[in-house]
Amino acid sequence: MSHARAAAVMAALACLAGAAEPAERLADPSREARARSLFRETRCLVCQGESIDDSESTFAADLRRLVRQQVAEGRSDAQVRAFLAARYGDFVLLRPPFSAVNAILWVGPFLVICIGATILVRRARTAPSAAPLSAEEETRLASLTEETMT
Amino acid sequence: MIDEIGQFALILALCLSLAQVGLSFAARTRGDASLAGAGEGAALAAFVCVAVAFAALIHAFVTSDFSVVNVAENSHTEKPMIYKVAGAWGSHEGSILLWCFVLTAYGAAMALARGLPFGLKSLAVGVQGTLGVLFIGYMVLASDPLLRLPRPPVEGHSLNPLLQDPALAAHPPFLYSGYVGFSVVFSLALAALLEGRVDAAWARWVRPWALAAWSLLTVGITLGAFWAYYELGWGGWWFWDPVENASLMPWLAGTALLHSAVVTEKRGALASWTAFLAICAFTLSMLGAFLVRSGVLTSVHAFAIDPKRGTLLLGIFAIAAGGGFSLFAWRAPLLKDQAVFAPISRESALVVNNIILAAVTITVLVGTLWPLVLEAFGRQGGVGAPYFNLVVGSLMLIAFLVLPAGPLLAWKRGDAVGAIQRLSWAAFAGLLAALLVFVFTTPRHAMAAAEVGAGAWLIAGSLAEIVDRVRLFNSPWPEAFRRLRGLPRGSWGMSLAHLGLGVFVMGAAFETSWRAEAAQVLTPGAGMDLGAYHLSLENVEDAPGPNFDAERGTIRVTDARGTLACLARPARKTYDTGGQTTSQVAICPKGLDDIYIVLGERRMSAAGVSSWLVRGFWNRWARLIFLGPVLMALGGVISLSDRRLRLGVGRRAPGGARGAPAPRPAT
Repeated sequence: MSHARAAAVMAALACLAGAAEPAERLADPSREARARSLFRETRCLVCQGESIDDSESTFAADLRRLVRQQVAEGRSDAQVRAFLAARYGDFVLLRPPFSAVNAILWVGPFLVICIGATILVRRARTAPSAAPLSAEEETRLASLTEETMT
Repeated sequence: MIDEIGQFALILALCLSLAQVGLSFAARTRGDASLAGAGEGAALAAFVCVAVAFAALIHAFVTSDFSVVNVAENSHTEKPMIYKVAGAWGSHEGSILLWCFVLTAYGAAMALARGLPFGLKSLAVGVQGTLGVLFIGYMVLASDPLLRLPRPPVEGHSLNPLLQDPALAAHPPFLYSGYVGFSVVFSLALAALLEGRVDAAWARWVRPWALAAWSLLTVGITLGAFWAYYELGWGGWWFWDPVENASLMPWLAGTALLHSAVVTEKRGALASWTAFLAICAFTLSMLGAFLVRSGVLTSVHAFAIDPKRGTLLLGIFAIAAGGGFSLFAWRAPLLKDQAVFAPISRESALVVNNIILAAVTITVLVGTLWPLVLEAFGRQGGVGAPYFNLVVGSLMLIAFLVLPAGPLLAWKRGDAVGAIQRLSWAAFAGLLAALLVFVFTTPRHAMAAAEVGAGAWLIAGSLAEIVDRVRLFNSPWPEAFRRLRGLPRGSWGMSLAHLGLGVFVMGAAFETSWRAEAAQVLTPGAGMDLGAYHLSLENVEDAPGPNFDAERGTIRVTDARGTLACLARPARKTYDTGGQTTSQVAICPKGLDDIYIVLGERRMSAAGVSSWLVRGFWNRWARLIFLGPVLMALGGVISLSDRRLRLGVGRRAPGGARGAPAPRPAT
């Protein structure tokens, strides 16, 4: 797997946390923070697997400039995301938007939980209830388990 | 000559694996012990042959025999010895050979294992042999690790210098030992399905193998994450990259398997589900190998290899997984599952654990394959870290809430009120930790505070389990101490693993939410603040190495009182060949925190003054992220050393948990 890792290193090294570049920052700290959180949800399309927050590539820098510009103009997070998706396709969003196709991603895991829980409850219900141990049996059990433990 | 012996040994190993399959299955159908013995002998011999081939490849790397393609492409005479050896599993061919080496080693270990009933063992050795045939066959036909070059070069291409790292040299052997360790569990599951009996005794044989594979995989994944953390240079340790997900999926399935196997072993329940998980764990391992090795997913790790190999690997995966699941679908309905348990019981708690782990595994699986799914429908898209963090994080949080209660509940019918009472102080510790973190940290993160609280609850809960078992507060001290010493290692292992999980959760929550970062272009003498620390760049000097040029900075890290915390020396290297630039991160451990400093590129002003971009991260509690999994793996190893597991059920007093022992013909 080390070879595969090599590719990761090279990609990541090409993409050394570029968003921290001081020259690009917005003056307003709250807007800058919003822009940073948007960066983390935006895929660097040329680095693949990295967000534009991590990348030092020129593509990511361009995209960051674009996002910062939009944030500076007062657009909401949703508007910026829609803008990016319209321009580069859904692939650019690391957090998939809720749509009919993507529903399976968001609902799927919880559906699995629900199905599992239903089976568990039904199974437990059909099981005949066993009578709890009496106090005498409890002490006998305790002494028995003690014997086996030593 | 040695290379040819290696190639010959591989072909011989393929033949021996074929013999292993034929002999073992014939032994079962005819009930012939001598055939079974021959099958086991073939398994041992196949292992020896693959070991010879592996040794030949290592020899070729150590002696820098560039007439071998693999060596010429991945080695260099000036490489340190440890990386020459590690180069043997650096390439595609080498890693497949490592995979086969581990696969046949497990096969040999299974052949030598005692205490398994005759039929089950022959079938399991036969199934393991089938896996051997598939993978060794792939190697012989399409991925010869010892292929010769007609005209050998004078010098090799060298392994990427970035990969010359101790953690990364050890990463693949651990990872593969974990991945392939699940092959034994897979073989035992298929053998038991063929036999038509998955019971408590079977679960007891499966558990040590599953524990060993799980512990090794835990170490392998942690090494990879640690390497990413200190090598990639931006402080991240988990990217939710397809390759990482590929290693996480078998780990999750293996974790679920460990827990459900306990239920099957102690109570005879969930038998078919445990068998299913056993098949899943190895299937996901193979899927991971296929995804990584075929480059089918566009990932930062992926590299293109010829499609023939990808197709062949997919074929192997389809045969093994398809065969396994078909057999399961055919035989599982025959399994009877009669054990009953109440809604509040340890069984139920473990089932909840399994449901959540299954949901998490499916989330990671679907998320990883999502780009492929969309592509099939002509769309584009994919998911990344924000999605996985949210979904996996919230699912796991549910699991964490239930976890400490599990070990305190009795089998069959538990006492919820009693468990809650005994856990009250653990719950108090969790709430207190969450509250303290919420009040005393800036900026405030309610969610992260809850996660730290969950970590504290897990740690306190795992301690509560030990306290409860020795009745620390309800019995005289010598008595409690005696009980403590008598506590089976399995209990210690479990508590330690759960404690490790709590440690990891605390570290991950803290690091992710309260990491401070700073970046500035500094001239020597200038400084910047990083959280509670101050970094000042003293100087940057040239530090040329054997095959690279480097600039090494000296950065003074001082705390709020102005005392020196550490002297960090990060470097930026430019390699002569290829002009590749890498940065060597400086990490100063401060208690649980890391101060993580990266030196960026040099910038020249118009006046000719040099300055450097310096980035610093104050990674809060980052040490816990790596300590946690180490504790978990250690817990696995301690459980593995439990006498009860080593002895096995076969040699215990008659009339135990197991039914009538299968007849074992005299040998």
